[in-house]
Amino acid sequence: MAGSNPNAKPMNLTLNVWRQPSPKAQGKIVEYQVKDISPEMSFLEMLDVLNEDLLHKGEDPVAFDHDCREGICGSCDLFINGRSHGPEKGTTTCQLHMRKFSDGDTITIEPWRANSFPINKDLSVDRSAFDRIIQAGGYVSVNTGGAPDGNEIPIPKDIADRAFEAATCIGCGACVAACKNASAMLFVSAKVSQLALLPQGDVERKTRVENMVAQMDIEGFGACTNIGSCAAECPVGISLENIAILNREFLTAKATSNNLA
Amino acid sequence: MSWISKTFSSSIGRKIVMSLTGLFLCTFLVVHLIGNLQLFKHDGGTAFNIYSHFMGTNPIIRTIEWGLVLGFGFHIYEALMLTRRNQAARPQKYVVNHSEQNSEWTSRNMGILGSLILIFLIVHLYNFFWRARFGGLDKIGGTDVETRDYDNLYMAVVSSFHVWWYVLLYVAAQFSLGYHLWHGFGSGFQTLGLNHRKYTPLIKAVGYGFAVVVSAAFAAMPLYFFLFTDDNGQLTSAVSPLVHSLTLALK
Repeated sequence: MAGSNPNAKPMNLTLNVWRQPSPKAQGKIVEYQVKDISPEMSFLEMLDVLNEDLLHKGEDPVAFDHDCREGICGSCDLFINGRSHGPEKGTTTCQLHMRKFSDGDTITIEPWRANSFPINKDLSVDRSAFDRIIQAGGYVSVNTGGAPDGNEIPIPKDIADRAFEAATCIGCGACVAACKNASAMLFVSAKVSQLALLPQGDVERKTRVENMVAQMDIEGFGACTNIGSCAAECPVGISLENIAILNREFLTAKATSNNLA
Repeated sequence: MSWISKTFSSSIGRKIVMSLTGLFLCTFLVVHLIGNLQLFKHDGGTAFNIYSHFMGTNPIIRTIEWGLVLGFGFHIYEALMLTRRNQAARPQKYVVNHSEQNSEWTSRNMGILGSLILIFLIVHLYNFFWRARFGGLDKIGGTDVETRDYDNLYMAVVSSFHVWWYVLLYVAAQFSLGYHLWHGFGSGFQTLGLNHRKYTPLIKAVGYGFAVVVSAAFAAMPLYFFLFTDDNGQLTSAVSPLVHSLTLALK
């Protein structure tokens, strides 16, 4: 199974995997051995090999979240050797390749751990809290009708670029997983600053930040203490500057909106 | 719940109070440090005692003192509330967590550093502030009608700073303060939304400098008295010529 690279030698690995049969059940680390793993495999393909082995043995395969396997969907939420998405910077788990590990390594694989991300099973977590935060305000309302001309609303290039940078958030939750406080502020700030930078977002600007922060608090995420591990682990490089923009937007909205509730 | 209480009980609202009180306490550190530098004046404590008498009796200072109490109170209260919230946000810890690979130690341990500073603060207040305010200190005495009834806080400082464990506590506390400020100063600006590509590197650099200078200067005070002075605050004969020539050189 060495793949196309003649120098790639297959590896044998020890995996310490978090197994938890159901949301309320007590979980524990279970040790597995996987053999003949190609360095060219992605991390998820390596888990596929493990699951095939388990199925052949008649055991329950390890549940883990995955979908596109090309770094776009943000599904593959694994905490690998104490890091969100593993040791490589700026990648999701599906983009992490086994060549980052060595033969004989022991790899610990855990789910995202946050009260707001309850575990479905094993390594799979429920991230619908993020959906509810977006539903609270992470949108712009657009009237139906003829599509306006794209150039009708002038937006300076550097503003468009910054908004785009914020918009690249894939909602994977690596920020929450890495944060000591399980805070979701990098995620919330990415959407708030993306829309605050653009004229289309201006209409709902104040209610958006008020409602999204309120929902974030209701979901039980922690509060940011500017540690910075979120931005360091973010696979798409959302910066801490966005959290400052979120704080600024929140303070301005609270001080000037007409919302007395 | 009104919009005001809602704002300040939200996660960001609490952070904003943390940052405002924290930066306010930084200004207090500057004033406290500048005043205390008079301990290094070789005048047997006269300037320091006049200064401390002023600080203890001036009505404006006494009013601001209540602001300081509130500043500390809210900073500690919000820290507790935020810590409680943050601990509840992750009830089950990771089996393996290499947070040292993605963040600084100081930023993850502000609670521990703050608690150490609080312990120090209680001892410090009891030893100097409490005795100065509620009696227990000797008077300066002497012939000067103006100052002879002033408390001799200087001698209280000198005698305290000849107790080895007291000096150790002070120096250790200044390490805690330094690390606390190392993260806290820049963090305060970030929380207020004051982040800009042009100015944030400068704010951070000033914060690091502030942390080192303030903690080192405060730590120098007990070390100076412990190492270089006798029981009356006079330079010991071993270092006196050295300091004397240093003073001359600086002049």
